Amino acid sequence: MLEFMEGSHAVAEIVKRCRPQVISAYPITPQTHIVEDLAQMVANCEIDAEYITVESEFSALSACLGASAAGSRVYSATTSQGLALMFEVCFNVAGMRQPIVMTIANRSLGAPLSIWNDQQDSISLRDSGWLQFYAEDNQETADLHMIAYKVCEDHDILLPAFVCFDGFILTHTFEPVSLPTQEEVDAYLPAFNPYQRLDAENPLSFGMYATPDYYMEFRYEVDRAMQRAKQAFVKAGREFGEQFGRDYSGLVEGYRLEDADTALVAMGSICGTVKDAVDEMRENGRKVGLLKIRTYRPFPAQEIADALKGVSKVAVLDKNISLGNGGAVGIEVKTALYGSGISVYDYIIALGGRDVRKRDIAAIVDLAEKGKGDMFYGLRTEVL
Amino acid sequence: MAEVEEGCELFSAGHRACGGCGPALAARLLLKATGKNAILVASTGCMEVFSTPYPETAWGVPWIHSLFENAAAVASGIEASLKRQGRSEKVLCVCGDGATFDIGVLCISGAFERGHDITYICYDNEAYMNTGIQRSGATPYGASTTTSPAGKCSPGNVHPKKDMPAILAAHGAPYVATASIAYPNDFIKKVERAINTPGPCYIQVHTPCCTGWGFEAGETLNMGKLAIETGLWVNYELVNGQVEKVKKVRRKPVEEYLAKQKRFRHLFKPARQDDMIASIQAIADANAERFGIDIKAKESSE
Repeated sequence: MLEFMEGSHAVAEIVKRCRPQVISAYPITPQTHIVEDLAQMVANCEIDAEYITVESEFSALSACLGASAAGSRVYSATTSQGLALMFEVCFNVAGMRQPIVMTIANRSLGAPLSIWNDQQDSISLRDSGWLQFYAEDNQETADLHMIAYKVCEDHDILLPAFVCFDGFILTHTFEPVSLPTQEEVDAYLPAFNPYQRLDAENPLSFGMYATPDYYMEFRYEVDRAMQRAKQAFVKAGREFGEQFGRDYSGLVEGYRLEDADTALVAMGSICGTVKDAVDEMRENGRKVGLLKIRTYRPFPAQEIADALKGVSKVAVLDKNISLGNGGAVGIEVKTALYGSGISVYDYIIALGGRDVRKRDIAAIVDLAEKGKGDMFYGLRTEVL
Repeated sequence: MAEVEEGCELFSAGHRACGGCGPALAARLLLKATGKNAILVASTGCMEVFSTPYPETAWGVPWIHSLFENAAAVASGIEASLKRQGRSEKVLCVCGDGATFDIGVLCISGAFERGHDITYICYDNEAYMNTGIQRSGATPYGASTTTSPAGKCSPGNVHPKKDMPAILAAHGAPYVATASIAYPNDFIKKVERAINTPGPCYIQVHTPCCTGWGFEAGETLNMGKLAIETGLWVNYELVNGQVEKVKKVRRKPVEEYLAKQKRFRHLFKPARQDDMIASIQAIADANAERFGIDIKAKESSE
C-alpha cells in the first residue's frame, strides 16, 4: 500500500521494522527528522530499543560500535559535519568488522557553512571500509536499509554501510512510499546473529594492535570482503525483488541506454531529473541515456564498463569535488573505462545545494558532445 | 578487606610491559576485583599496547579497544546492549591519564551525565608514556616531561594537576575514589564497591612509571607509598560528592619523593630550586588541609 510520507519518516519507519536494539545519534540538519521520529517511537514503546542521546556524533558512532560488539543490531544517522566528526570511528568500525547501518542525509561540508545538499560528506569517506549505497527516491531509500542490514550482517561480509539519500531533496520531501509490514520485514531480514561478541562466557579481545607483520593482512581482508559485497548485494537485491516486487539486483541501473550515443552517469536523487531530461531529449531524437550508480562502494567498475559498451561519450555528474583533481565519481568512471576508447567528461554540479534542472542536464549533454568537460557547471562567474 | 587470591590471574604474565610497570600491576589487581563477569574497554595507550600485540592477549575477560578518546562512549553502547539483552556483565573502562584528563573528556562527560552503569578506571602515570613521556593534564606541577622540559627559562610543567575526581563528582557520580597500587587491597576494595554501585563510578589509581618518572624498576611501590606519605597523592572516596574515607598519614617533606625521580631532578641540580620545592610543598599542604590527612599527635594510624 502506498502511503504519502516524508523521506525521513519513511526511513524511521523502515528502521523500526529492522528491529535495531540500540540506536545512538546526535541531531544535525537535515538528519533530525529521522532521529526525532525514532526517539518518539522508543518513547511510545513502538520499538524495543535503547536510545542513547549522546553528546556528539563522535560518541554516537562509538556507542554504536560498543553495542554492536556486545551483540546488538544498531542504527545511527548523520550527515556533513557530523560524519566528518565520526571520521576516526568510521575507519575503526570497518576495521573491527562491525555491521553497523547508518543513514547519511547527504549535505555539503564547510567552510563556508552550508546545510544544503551535495554528496561531499559520504564520498569523502570512500576509503573508510563502509559500503555506500545511494538512493534515487524515498522508496529506494527505505528499501536499501533492509538490503544494507542483510548484506552487512552476512558472515562473509561483516562490514558497515552508509545508506545515502540527498538532504532536503529527499529527507524533507513527501512522496508515495510502500512500506512492508513488520512480518514481511522479519521474513526478509532475520534476527541479528553476531559472528563474535563481547561475552564473559567466551572472553575475546577486540581491537588489538597489529605490528607490520599483521596489519596489511587485516586491510586485505577488508578489501576482500568489499569485493564479496558485490555478489552479496546482488543476491540480497534479487531476494528483495522476489519478495517485494522491486528489484535491486543491480549495482548500477541503466535507463534508455540501449542505443545511446551519449550516457550520463549519476548517483542519488538527481537521477530522477536526469531521467526526465533524457525522455525529453529522446523525444527530440537525441540518443541519450543514464547510468545510475547505486553502490559507490564497492565500486562497480566492471558493471559500468559493461553497461556503457557501445556509447561514445560519457558525462559524469559529480555532486562533490576531490579538490585538485575533479569529481570523485568521474575519476573512478574514467578508470573503469580506461582503454575503452570512450570519451569521459566530468561535471562538478550542485555543490552546496545549487539547483540543477532538466535544461542544465541538456546543456551538459551538449557540452559533452562538443568535447567540453572536466569543469564546474553552473558557476555564477559574476560573483567570482 | 578483600583477600588477594593465589592462582587466580585473569591478567596473564608474558605481556610486554617494562619491568616494574605500575599500570601492569593495576591491571592484574583490577581483574582480581572484577572476576570473570566483566567486559573491559581500553583506550589507546601503554596498557593497550603492551597487553594485546596481535595475535596475543593478556586479558582473560572480554576486552575491546577502539580509539584513544572514546572508551566511555564505547562502554555506553556496551552497557545499553547488555541491558537490552538482560545480561549481567559489569562494564569497565581502563584508560590512561591522557585518555581521561585530556582527549577523552567529552565522551566521559557524556557517559557520566547520562548515568550509564559503568566503572571508569583511570590508571594515572601522570604523562603520555606510550608516546614518549609528554605532558598531560595529569602531570604534576614542576615535573619535566618531553613537552614540558625543564630548561634555562622553564621550571618544567607549570600547570597544576587537573582535579578529575571533582569534575566527575560534579556530574553526580555516586562513587568516585582515588587509589594507589602501593595499597593493593584498598584498590581492589574500591573497584568492588564501584562495580557494585549502580551508575557511573570513577576510580583514579596512581600507577608510578619507572620509565617515565626515572626511578629504579624495583622502587615502583615505594614511589607510590612516598606519594601518599608526602601528601602529593591522597587516597579518598567521594560518595555522592561527599568525602567519606581518607587515608591518613604522618607526612614527610615532599623532597623525599621528588629527589628520588629524574623528572624532578632539575629542582635539585645543578642548583637547588627552593621556590619550586616550596610551591610543591604548598600543594601537599593544601591537599592535607582539604582532606584532613594529617595524623595528629596521639592519634593512631587508620
